Amino acid sequence: MKSLFIILLTSGFFFMPQGSPDANAILKKLDANMTSKTLVSKSEMIIYGRRNSRTIIAKGYSEGQDKSFTEYLSPEREKGTKMLKLEDRLWIYSPSTDRTIQLSGHMLRQSVMGSDLSYEDMMEDRKMTEIYNAIVIGEETIGGRITWILELTAKVDDATYEKRKTWVDQERYIPLKEELFAKSGQLLKKIEMSAVKQFGNRWYPTKMNFKDMLKEGKGTDFVATEMQFDVKIPDYIFTKASLKK
Amino acid sequence: MKIAIRLAFKNLIKAGLRTWLNVTVLAFTFIFIVFYNGFINGWQDQAEQDEIAWQYGQGQLLQEGFDPQDPFTFQEGHALLPEDEQQNLVPVLIRQATLYPEGRLMPVVIKGIRADQQLLKLPTHLLEESSAQIPAIIGKRFATAANLKKGDQVLLRWRDKYGTFDASNFTVAGIFNTNSAAVDNGQIWVPLDKLWEMTGLTNEASFLIAKPGYQATATEGWEFKDLDYLLSDLRAAVNMERSTSAIIYLVLLCIALLAIFDTQVLSIFRRQQEIGTYIALGMTRKQVLGIFTVEGSMYSIFAMVVGGLIGLPIFIYTATQGIGLFDGIDEMGISIANRVYPTFGFGLVAGTVILLLISATLVSFLPARKIATMNPVNALKGKML
Repeated sequence: MKSLFIILLTSGFFFMPQGSPDANAILKKLDANMTSKTLVSKSEMIIYGRRNSRTIIAKGYSEGQDKSFTEYLSPEREKGTKMLKLEDRLWIYSPSTDRTIQLSGHMLRQSVMGSDLSYEDMMEDRKMTEIYNAIVIGEETIGGRITWILELTAKVDDATYEKRKTWVDQERYIPLKEELFAKSGQLLKKIEMSAVKQFGNRWYPTKMNFKDMLKEGKGTDFVATEMQFDVKIPDYIFTKASLKK
Repeated sequence: MKIAIRLAFKNLIKAGLRTWLNVTVLAFTFIFIVFYNGFINGWQDQAEQDEIAWQYGQGQLLQEGFDPQDPFTFQEGHALLPEDEQQNLVPVLIRQATLYPEGRLMPVVIKGIRADQQLLKLPTHLLEESSAQIPAIIGKRFATAANLKKGDQVLLRWRDKYGTFDASNFTVAGIFNTNSAAVDNGQIWVPLDKLWEMTGLTNEASFLIAKPGYQATATEGWEFKDLDYLLSDLRAAVNMERSTSAIIYLVLLCIALLAIFDTQVLSIFRRQQEIGTYIALGMTRKQVLGIFTVEGSMYSIFAMVVGGLIGLPIFIYTATQGIGLFDGIDEMGISIANRVYPTFGFGLVAGTVILLLISATLVSFLPARKIATMNPVNALKGKML
């Protein structure tokens, strides 16, 4: 009986992937790739409705994890709307009313311009390594790229999602797919990344599809048309005064 | 005075159609004022009773950071139940959540309440009787908006006390019908124990509802709001309606009084010789002025009689049978029943009678003042004015 147990144990060991990578090290590399000191980007947000879709173009500036500023450039109805995030506070300026309001509480849970993203989702700023412990649970090929499947479990109490599954490109260390789960295990959101491009010595997915899995529809696409990493951004951009400029 | 009343009565009866036209307009105004105010009083009485029975109890003890009118406070406005106050209070915990009926997204409020409570009319016994994992009761309006019926299961997403998302199906254990929109629209009532378990906020509440006999004492971190405070918004809404309607019946009253005024002016012009004769026969100007003023007042008395004859059956019928309002009135967000039973108090009727009497007397007196300055000889010749 004892020998049978040893055989099962040892055979299990031998069946494990050889040289199984350190999931937390992968997560660290992923963080390094996906975050930068500063980022200036121009992006299109394509929101798919039941009958038609609409595209919102925006220019964004971000510095570290705490500061970001977004200005909507089109369509005409949204043009001039600006959003400023400083740490855990978010302000929105609407040119039609010429007013700036601070969003908090339930307003943060509302969808951003009808998309599958809430303001809260956009506020998520911490590094994955700060929030999650990771283990590798398998491998899968997505769009011809071999990925590790990482299962992330929150190591802090205040993680928005208790569990995540992330498919990380084994060569480029970028996520190609993510699934976000509730505490109960219910799948809440799915994010698919594609159109991966090289910027200097980093790879970055320039297209992301966010899908609220509890809602019907095709989700929301984010397409980055211009991206500049680690460029100097003037300090005044991240001030409330810049909202009305 | 006796002569004045007798003469005034005879003159009015002799005037025929002219009198009855004035009386009709004034009677209509009387009926309208009494009826509309009775309706508003009935609405207010019913709405207050409904709000007390469905949500306020005998007052509420609010956690100091919680403001029921401000959803921004829902997230942080909760605290551990005050230990020495639990006997006479029903705790309620509020959390915000998102409901996904038929793949749509609906922001909702989850309210946790003890399933064995008997203070409010909410059928919380259905929560006890249900074997579902998360049983919930919802109001008829919300059930219609979310297209839910008893037994349906719908996915609900909420956050625990740390802000982590959780999601699960809840089961509609029952649908209640209430006139109080405040406990219905966008709200899901679940057992308090279950909400504590879902959010990790064990033994916490956002507010506590007072049972009869509760004596408000200073409780640290909690603030007692009595019924006068809690009902003040409803009363303000009713008073707003009352003042809006006051404009309508003041216009009606003005039309009626204008008719009396015109009649008086015409009457004094036509009856110059009669006025001269009264004075020639020894009446003082004051006495003649009195006759004309009493005539005007008598319009309002006739109007009360006619208004009473026509209005009384209407008042009695509507007060006992109620007035059915159009379907969906209860979905307008205000606390109003589908059938309102008007309340015609003595104060309302007496107040209206006094208002009409004084105003009719006043508008009769104003044109009649000319009599005081007249020359009796000219009056006899019909050349007074």
